Amino acid sequence: MRPLTPRRIVAICAALLGALFIAVVISLRMGAYPISISDIIMTLFRGTIGRKDEIPSEFWLVVFGLRLPRIALGILVGAALSVAGAGFQALLRNPLADPYVLGVSSGAALGAIASLIAAPHVAGAIQVAAFAGAAATIAAVYFLGRRGGQLDSATLLLAGIVAASFLSAIIMFLMTTLSGRDLRGMAFWLMGELSTSPSIDLRFLYFVLFVALGAIYTTSSDLNLILTGEQEARHLGVNVNRVKLVVYVAASVLTGLAVSVSGAIGYVGLLVPHLMRMLFGTDYRVLIPASAIGGAIVIVFADMLARTVVAPTELPVGAMTALVGAPVFIYLMRRRVR
Amino acid sequence: MNPPAGESASVVARQPFTANQDPLLRLKVEQVSYAYAATDRSAPKFTLGPLTFEARQREIVAILGPNASGKSTLLRLLAGLVKPLSGRVEVDGAEAGDLDLRTRAQKIALVQQESELIFPLRVWEYVLQGRYPYGRRLRFESDEDFLLTGKALSQVAADSLRDRWMDQLSGGEKQRVILARALAQQPALLLLDEPTQHLDIGGKVELLRRLRQLADENRYTVIVITHELNLAAEFSDRIVLLHGGKCLRVGSPEEVYEREMLETVFEAPLEVEIRPGGRPRVIVRGNH
Repeated sequence: MRPLTPRRIVAICAALLGALFIAVVISLRMGAYPISISDIIMTLFRGTIGRKDEIPSEFWLVVFGLRLPRIALGILVGAALSVAGAGFQALLRNPLADPYVLGVSSGAALGAIASLIAAPHVAGAIQVAAFAGAAATIAAVYFLGRRGGQLDSATLLLAGIVAASFLSAIIMFLMTTLSGRDLRGMAFWLMGELSTSPSIDLRFLYFVLFVALGAIYTTSSDLNLILTGEQEARHLGVNVNRVKLVVYVAASVLTGLAVSVSGAIGYVGLLVPHLMRMLFGTDYRVLIPASAIGGAIVIVFADMLARTVVAPTELPVGAMTALVGAPVFIYLMRRRVR
Repeated sequence: MNPPAGESASVVARQPFTANQDPLLRLKVEQVSYAYAATDRSAPKFTLGPLTFEARQREIVAILGPNASGKSTLLRLLAGLVKPLSGRVEVDGAEAGDLDLRTRAQKIALVQQESELIFPLRVWEYVLQGRYPYGRRLRFESDEDFLLTGKALSQVAADSLRDRWMDQLSGGEKQRVILARALAQQPALLLLDEPTQHLDIGGKVELLRRLRQLADENRYTVIVITHELNLAAEFSDRIVLLHGGKCLRVGSPEEVYEREMLETVFEAPLEVEIRPGGRPRVIVRGNH
């Protein structure tokens, strides 16, 4: 027996944050303008303690002006998608659940595009619309995935895959017919990328992220029981309907948040929670914070690769995650069938 | 676990006649009926009851009846998961359906056919979940929780399984671990829905013997649904015989096991003989 204690969770999170810091520094190093690791650390340190005037202006521009905002966006998106994935996996009791695979990301993207068409200059409208698109899609997939009143694992995934392709078709239709408008690129919505900086203050997006993460975290010991079985959880005193509602709303918010700023990046919500389970066990009290930080690390690395492998051309970051994610999905699915 | 003093006092205040109530009485089912329909407006598809019986501490009550006779519905009523249409289900003087979720889980444990696990879980983690009703949200398990988890495992002779994975257990082992999780809840009332279903004869006898022992030693009241007429006769104190949603008879095995009645209920040629110890035994009447 190795009980889970708060100290163990803090230790795991500290180790992951250390890894995230290393990933951020390496990612800051990569790019057209050469800058050494020691200069990056010096710039970060002085910038953090407010001694901006001691930093050479080109370093300040490269680190704080260009590269760090994109990395900060990647951290936000990675954390949001991973925890949304972990949430959907518990909510639907399906280890293959992921916002992208279930079509939730496409629903959020469609919502975001609709808001760009209808209300292009309203601050925050895109986030709200993306959340609404995500929530509507997961509700539809949930009801389509039922057979005989029971949630059926395979039917659910099929419903999600069909929803994703249907919604993608609508997105392509809109993008093609409205090509004159400022709707960002097709690759952005269908694959996801981090090169476009959001029109809304990043601090506000982080605030929403932490509220949604916190909401899911309060249900983490309930989710452990729901994963063992909904009926059993009910018998053990879990208010299953309340927990499911909280996770449903929070995971939809997280998906909407990520998609509104980066498009539909796939498989992060599938890969990261599974990797974290392998490393730290299935307990949601550690899985949620570990997935948040782990997702941030994965996106920071994936975006770094997307920026550099075929430089100066950039790949969409979603192409990088799908290259790794799709084979892992197949592996997990086959292992489950056996 | 007995309710704290304050709680029982309030129960007494609500019911002035409890003074002459049996102090060992644990479960009181009074004129309970239930009905369910396909929709709210259509006529009920199935009705249960009204039925009345009691169970005391240390007693095992077996619920018998053919398929679709209402056994599982009755168990859900006893567990407080559904409220009766009329009548009352009282556990230690409190109405089961009115208890808040956690209090109910501290009093009543229900063992059903378990759901498929989607992520691997160790036996001790599974049993530890039985301590959930005693924790606050996010609270980490205390030393006491681990102690009681260990105790629950030894009560079902599963200490050696502690670090095994749930999906690597045999049917009998799994049944014991599921029972251990229910025991970790420290319930007053233990409800089991066909626990013998997937066990071989040795496993069935062992399980019922264990339930008998647990009831005797730990003052549990055990209500068990089973199709095993002879094991029920051997190990239970009371039998509730259901048929088509009606309660045909409640009583000791020798009172309930009557040839004509069992033959009608189970639609099979049966014979009942009384063994030297007074317990009845049912055998299938052959053509020879």
